[in-house]
Amino acid sequence: MEQVLKTAFPFVVISVGILLAFQGVLMIVAYTVLAERKVLGWIQGRIGPNRVGPWGVLQPFADLLKFIFKEDLVPDKSTKFVYFLAPMVALTCALVPIVVYPFGPRIADPLSWLVPYVSSVAYLGEAVAWIAEQAKNMPLTIARIDVGVLFVLGITSVGVYGIALAGWSSNSKYSLMGGLRSSAQMISYELAMGASVIGVVMLAGTLDLNGIIQAQTQSPFKWFIIPQFIGFIVFLISAFAETNRVPFDLPEAETELVAGFHTEYSALKFALFFMAEYVNMFTVSMMCTVLFLGGWYVPGLSYLVEPGSLPYALISHVAFIGKICAFLFLYIWIRGTLPRFRFDQLMNFGWKFLLPVAIANVILTIVIVFFLNR
Amino acid sequence: MFAGLAIACAISMVYHKNPLYSAISLVGVFVALSCIYVTLAAPFIAAVQILIYAGAIMVLVVFVIMLLNLDDERPINRLRYLYAVGGGLGVLLLAQTFFIFYAVMRAPNVPADQSLSAGETMSIGQAMYTEYLLPVEIVGILLLMAVIGSVILARRLTQPQLELVVEKELEIRNEEDAKDGLGIAL
Repeated sequence: MEQVLKTAFPFVVISVGILLAFQGVLMIVAYTVLAERKVLGWIQGRIGPNRVGPWGVLQPFADLLKFIFKEDLVPDKSTKFVYFLAPMVALTCALVPIVVYPFGPRIADPLSWLVPYVSSVAYLGEAVAWIAEQAKNMPLTIARIDVGVLFVLGITSVGVYGIALAGWSSNSKYSLMGGLRSSAQMISYELAMGASVIGVVMLAGTLDLNGIIQAQTQSPFKWFIIPQFIGFIVFLISAFAETNRVPFDLPEAETELVAGFHTEYSALKFALFFMAEYVNMFTVSMMCTVLFLGGWYVPGLSYLVEPGSLPYALISHVAFIGKICAFLFLYIWIRGTLPRFRFDQLMNFGWKFLLPVAIANVILTIVIVFFLNR
Repeated sequence: MFAGLAIACAISMVYHKNPLYSAISLVGVFVALSCIYVTLAAPFIAAVQILIYAGAIMVLVVFVIMLLNLDDERPINRLRYLYAVGGGLGVLLLAQTFFIFYAVMRAPNVPADQSLSAGETMSIGQAMYTEYLLPVEIVGILLLMAVIGSVILARRLTQPQLELVVEKELEIRNEEDAKDGLGIAL
């Protein structure tokens, strides 16, 4: 029995970690939606949602209930299987990168303080002591993959299928146009995005997200935004394009395409697309934070609090979430201020400006790294 | 499990008449293959497999299929002789598989060296740019040739010719506009 429990322990830890991380991210995403409506309200001189709970804090749950109880319309001439598959693909591809998020630094000894309280209880005391022993040097990442950066880029690029297939299967011209625009846009801006990441990867010398943060703690600049400013700007712009947000939201341009690729989707299927979009926003904000702003690393914190202790991990984690939220705010801010591109402008900008700049940045970084390492 | 998924997706890819379904099945094959790579401790290959095949190439294929909106049926009579060739190749592949099984059975069962890091990024990079530099360079030049070739094919028309084509189209459009305007005026 004891042996069985001990072998099952790592799986339990991973499951609990996945549940916690997904729940946390989805809660932040839900409140991003509320924050978006509030901030847009302020920018446009309105109040925003304020009926459900104080300041509208329960609005996300009310929205969710509304989505669940709405009538689920399926277009008669749609390709049913693909029509049902598309929102699932979109949300799955948005959620999977959560497993490589580096939520915080390693905690040297997270649970030992519990042991004295329960040591007198017969079985529980031993169990807690054993778990505390196991939890030493615990990483705050669910899966430590050697190629975290590539993993995130790859999975998000598979997310295009959700949108493209949704557009195709709805059998509606607006949806098809939206799907086509989206896939063209995402292919073009993926290149610039990947090229802008290469500079950081070269400076860090690893593709592992935790490794990149470690490299930033040891670099003289502390955050890679300083030596890689061009890369940061290119990454940020292409991140906006990748997530189909204003000013690159042509796949769902209301004035031309009704609602773009999700015109024919209603109720919970629409909610899946909606959630996928916001989770993708979270993911690119996370990438931006990790690659350019040091992830959970706060410069100078190790002088105040001992690294590896529980408070250090907590402060770092809060800093990580705070940086991501700052990026999410930037998204909303830009949505409230900038008009939309025209489609040919978008393509020209992506291929003729962003990609050459990103490649020039890569070459510049190669030269500098080469001469520094000599 | 992943191999089963890959085989199922491959079969559905071959048997679907609709090219879009085939393309989606092919994506399924790629994803299953990359899962197999992960279980074989080669995360780099897995990530690159998804990034390049599923993320870039197949998106382009799906894009083209959606743009062209191919008609369902095509006469396939003239491809009859290809069945024989395909069957022959299939038998060859099967024989090869059995040979591999045989060779694996014959080989002594040595436990794998845990310290080996063949699938990791660092070792792949080192192998590519030291031991196998020449093949990598050759592949690079081949890809460059492909890029230049595609640009030349796309730009068959020289610049003055292109301008002529554009002018002609503009003229046609102007005439149509003039007609429309006339219609409204009348």
